[in-house]
Amino acid sequence: MKLGIAEALRKAIHGEMARDPNVFCIGEDIGIPGGYGGAFTVTLGLEKDFRERIIDTPISEAGIFGAACGAALMGMRPIADVQYGDFLFCAMDQVVDQIAKLRYMSGGELCMPVVMRAPIGVTGRGAQHAQCLEPYFMSCPGIKIVAPATAYDAAGLLRAAVRDDDPVLMFEHKLLYGSKGIRAESGTVDASSEIPEEDYVVPIGKGIVRREGTDVTVIASLLMMHFSLKAAEMLEGEGISCEVIDPRTLWPLDQELILNSVRKTGRVVIVEESPKQGGLGAEIGVQVAEHIPDYLLAPVTRIAAPNTPAPFSPVLEKLYVPQPERIADTIRRLMEEY
Amino acid sequence: MKYRDMMKGLGTEKLLGMFRRMLEIREFEEKIRFLFLEGKMPGTVHQYIGMEACAVGVCSTLEDHDVIASTHRPHGHAIARGISMEAIMGELYGKTTGCCHGKGGSMHLGDLARGMLPAIAIVGGNLPVVMGMGLAFKIRKEPRVAVSFFGDGASNEGAFHEALNMAAVYGVPAVFVCENNMYGASTSIKRVMKIENIADRAAAYGMQSDIADGMSVLDVYAHAKEAVDRARGGEGPTLLELKTFRLCGHSRRDPNNYMSDEEKKYWQKRDPIPAFERLLLGEEFVDENEVDVIKKEVQAAVERAIEAGQQAPEPDASALYEGLFVNMEVPR
Repeated sequence: MKLGIAEALRKAIHGEMARDPNVFCIGEDIGIPGGYGGAFTVTLGLEKDFRERIIDTPISEAGIFGAACGAALMGMRPIADVQYGDFLFCAMDQVVDQIAKLRYMSGGELCMPVVMRAPIGVTGRGAQHAQCLEPYFMSCPGIKIVAPATAYDAAGLLRAAVRDDDPVLMFEHKLLYGSKGIRAESGTVDASSEIPEEDYVVPIGKGIVRREGTDVTVIASLLMMHFSLKAAEMLEGEGISCEVIDPRTLWPLDQELILNSVRKTGRVVIVEESPKQGGLGAEIGVQVAEHIPDYLLAPVTRIAAPNTPAPFSPVLEKLYVPQPERIADTIRRLMEEY
Repeated sequence: MKYRDMMKGLGTEKLLGMFRRMLEIREFEEKIRFLFLEGKMPGTVHQYIGMEACAVGVCSTLEDHDVIASTHRPHGHAIARGISMEAIMGELYGKTTGCCHGKGGSMHLGDLARGMLPAIAIVGGNLPVVMGMGLAFKIRKEPRVAVSFFGDGASNEGAFHEALNMAAVYGVPAVFVCENNMYGASTSIKRVMKIENIADRAAAYGMQSDIADGMSVLDVYAHAKEAVDRARGGEGPTLLELKTFRLCGHSRRDPNNYMSDEEKKYWQKRDPIPAFERLLLGEEFVDENEVDVIKKEVQAAVERAIEAGQQAPEPDASALYEGLFVNMEVPR
């Protein structure tokens, strides 16, 4: 069955709720009859089968994540979501001080099986419904971070996250959901996959090579992974062979997969939709430079958003988000110079 | 005497158990104050002297499977909940015998297996968590109650608003116990709140509320019992305000110069421990000799806990990387 990310997540959540009575969803507008099933339709209709375990909340993000924390401590497995990742900031104390730290603070006595879902991406809404928050949470020990770029990975990682005994934060991209009806997004990129009927998981901590190549390793997740694949196609005709790696999990990073690829290609480009300073590229780039400096034929290269908030103007937004052409240009120049 | 019948109902053993717990908290706090001032104890401490009736009164109404959550001032709650003084002292010293194996410290005391979440030291931070525990009990139809202890200052946090509103909306079995000791660190509650009673804020959430004398362990017990019974009986949460006072500084070496002498004297006279002792003697649940025996036993128990804490082993360096995740190593 071919499904988009929103549908694949819905199917996976339904399955997890059916197999474990401790799984429940909590968030804003997630199960209101006649509503949307969350901001991007992921939970649409689940309340019909699980009325008591689809908890619609007030607009209270600290309340949502605090509730998830408390329920998880009592042995439940909450799936808590925010309508836009940006709203996580309203819940930062609960996420960073409680959910991420309580197990460690307790000397390893407590379990915190919380799944947190957060839509991200710069998508025509200005600066406050746009942020790509991965770097904020990558410097917060205690939370595993996953970022599925395909429907197959979304369902598999969701199942893995629900079954994991530690907190998992899943970033989902608004342009990859494939949401339908009134919640459809313009500029959507097809991330649908053939979804097997069987119950599979995608292991947390394992990346994947999306395209094999020999000249340069391009590391990108979510929308940037799709844009990097496009750039790789453009460059193929020019004789530049890109290996595109989708980390899928950002914490912990699949360091071996990344290092092995760079050992082969000698060049690494990290593409990200968040600002360049202190970002994903900074972290991955330094890991490469620290571990295998002798293999590098060219400087670590970052393609990122500028160090500014996201602008609204569609013209500026297109300049802000790394586009396939910009990715291809940067790689082309890199290959010319090194 | 208002609570004569209730005292008879509780019986000598329960009453003396409550008295002993209050003495333990006082003795524990007095001793570690000196250990801290002498530089023999690491970290920082926020003490509970004067507020013993609050923790003991509330915790005496709870069953083993209930859960409490505390604050940056958790020593009293931990003792009242029945965590051993050895485990608490071990934690204050950062030792492996501590209730959090030395990873928590003074501000994160707790042991969920004994019904106390490791304390959350962010002001107001435990309220949403307690609401969530109550939500879990409600979804699973378990006859358990979640109790949040917090101070007057926490009632000015946004988390208080979100948690109480959601707790009321879902009707969760929780009791939100506000220990109003009149000061957030050095700031009088009168400077930062325009109403007289924190309990009045419950009306904004359609939540039941109540006020008790936080310097009377029996008054606290009576009101807490009603709130806990309501929660367990499916009648929803309560905001219970306890009017109390710190008979000590906010933390460390604080001489509380921001409190007037008159105010200090007024509350000192209302010290909950001598008050309860007089009551127990007056109602003949105990005599002077028995009180002396209990006090000596408490002193000895605290001494043993200090000795055990000092002698306990330090954690191995490997512990630094342990206990973060259930099923993976910390990447290095």
